Amino acid sequence: MSGDIACAEGALSAGCRFFAGYPITPATEIAERMAERMPQLGGVYIQMEDEIASMNAILGASWGGLRAMTATSGPGFSLMMENLGLGIMTETPCVLVNVQRGGPSTGLPTLVGQGDMMQARWGTHGVYEIIALSPSSPQEFFDLTVRAFNLAEKYRTPVLVMADEVVGHMTERVTIPEEVPCFPRRKPEFPPGDRSSFPPDEDLVPPMANVGEGYHIHVTGLTHDERGYPVTDEVTQERLVRRLVEKIRGHKKDIIRLEEKGVEGAEVIVCSYGISARVGLWAVELAKREGIKAGMLKLLTVWPFPEERVREVASKVKAFVVPEINYGQIALEVERSAGGRAEVIPLNHMGGGLHEPEDILKAIRKAAR
Amino acid sequence: MKRLEVKLAGFGGQGIILAGQIIGQAAVLFDQKNAVLTQSYGPASRGGACSADLIISEEEILHPLVLKPQVMVVMSQEAYDRYASEVAEGGMLLVDADLVPVLPRRSKKRDVFAIPATRLAEEVGRRIVANIVMLGSFAALTGAISVEAVKRSILSLVPKGTEDLNLQAFERGYEYGKRLAADKRERSIKT
Repeated sequence: MSGDIACAEGALSAGCRFFAGYPITPATEIAERMAERMPQLGGVYIQMEDEIASMNAILGASWGGLRAMTATSGPGFSLMMENLGLGIMTETPCVLVNVQRGGPSTGLPTLVGQGDMMQARWGTHGVYEIIALSPSSPQEFFDLTVRAFNLAEKYRTPVLVMADEVVGHMTERVTIPEEVPCFPRRKPEFPPGDRSSFPPDEDLVPPMANVGEGYHIHVTGLTHDERGYPVTDEVTQERLVRRLVEKIRGHKKDIIRLEEKGVEGAEVIVCSYGISARVGLWAVELAKREGIKAGMLKLLTVWPFPEERVREVASKVKAFVVPEINYGQIALEVERSAGGRAEVIPLNHMGGGLHEPEDILKAIRKAAR
Repeated sequence: MKRLEVKLAGFGGQGIILAGQIIGQAAVLFDQKNAVLTQSYGPASRGGACSADLIISEEEILHPLVLKPQVMVVMSQEAYDRYASEVAEGGMLLVDADLVPVLPRRSKKRDVFAIPATRLAEEVGRRIVANIVMLGSFAALTGAISVEAVKRSILSLVPKGTEDLNLQAFERGYEYGKRLAADKRERSIKT
């Protein structure tokens, strides 16, 4: 099946029963599949008037108790940015899929890009941490969508799945397991009515009472106290926003997943994500055939960035080669994390196609000399 | 088989992508190989240029796009003009001779097989199954997938009620392809 279909099926396996979206190439097939499958499973599919409303709708559905998702691409992702922040501030579990195409603006609707990686990190305003995963095959698109739902519930935050047009549209073997892991919603341990304050657990994540369960709840994008009511002062801001950041930063070990191939003993590391990691791995194989000690560091989790591991690897290798379909976004993070311990060579492609394996190979050769 | 790269090209509405899906699914589900299908298309769903890129391999497929197709199936003059020169040396080009009137030049570097797919499709009932005729010839000439696997794949992917028509189209294309392969063997023995 195609990556987009695998994504929809992954969401459904993970218990997603609400999809709101506005179709956009190359993410349309996700909406199409959801429109077909949701009624069969008693779920809800709504085609919204735009992406602003789509993002709002999934936040509302999540507070209503459903696992909710939307899927979009470039221009739609931009429109979702404001309410992504609302989801972060209100600690609303949900999944936002971006099947990236070439940009800026409407750019290349039917062709590949990876230009939204920094937008994923910093696209909405204010101070926050975000979780973003990046698949490089339809199977990973399935698996990471499942994982996104679980991370969203575990840390009560929107989770981004940053795919791309090639992964979304390519058709490949996908194995769907009988059962997938399912992290349940963190419910309050006290009965409704007693109190309406929801202090965080030890891991900094508060329980969540759904609308209609009898609890007094208040949900706002304004800086708020543990009851959910606005308290717009410095002290409350410090307490709330620091916790929102720390609940992610403090659990990087749990959130970050890397796939390493031949990193130990390597001199040159190709560090990449999504479809570029796949092409990168081929270049690594070609380099090894030439006797070059090359390894692969694939980022399944892009945000939070695995800076500790990159720093560690940086002290043992000559260089990182970072192919990505943009003008250098994650390469900046690799450079920051490497902190001068190893050379970082960005390999940029403007979009509309993939890197030639030969070009990555040339960069590896040069770095190995 | 290490890595076989196939490009199928024509215009939207001919079932180019479907043909790619049928071959890919046959390879993956019934022949237990790996396959990746990608496609390129313009803004229009019908009439515009359209191509399906397919890679079949017994190994893990890393680069998912076709770089230098060893086999190309062409079903429009435009697709022929645009892509035919990309066929790898020693590769083969299969054209629907009814849709590519400018006959391909013979070349030592690659084999060219002209298949009157649209006419054969009309003979079995409807010209719309010309893609499946080409698929039959593809199976016969490349041997990349087993006949049984393609048939099962066809049955699971074509619209209900058209199974017989499609299977007949496949058989026609397969027979024609076998004959072309035999002719080629004969020619090479003579020369």
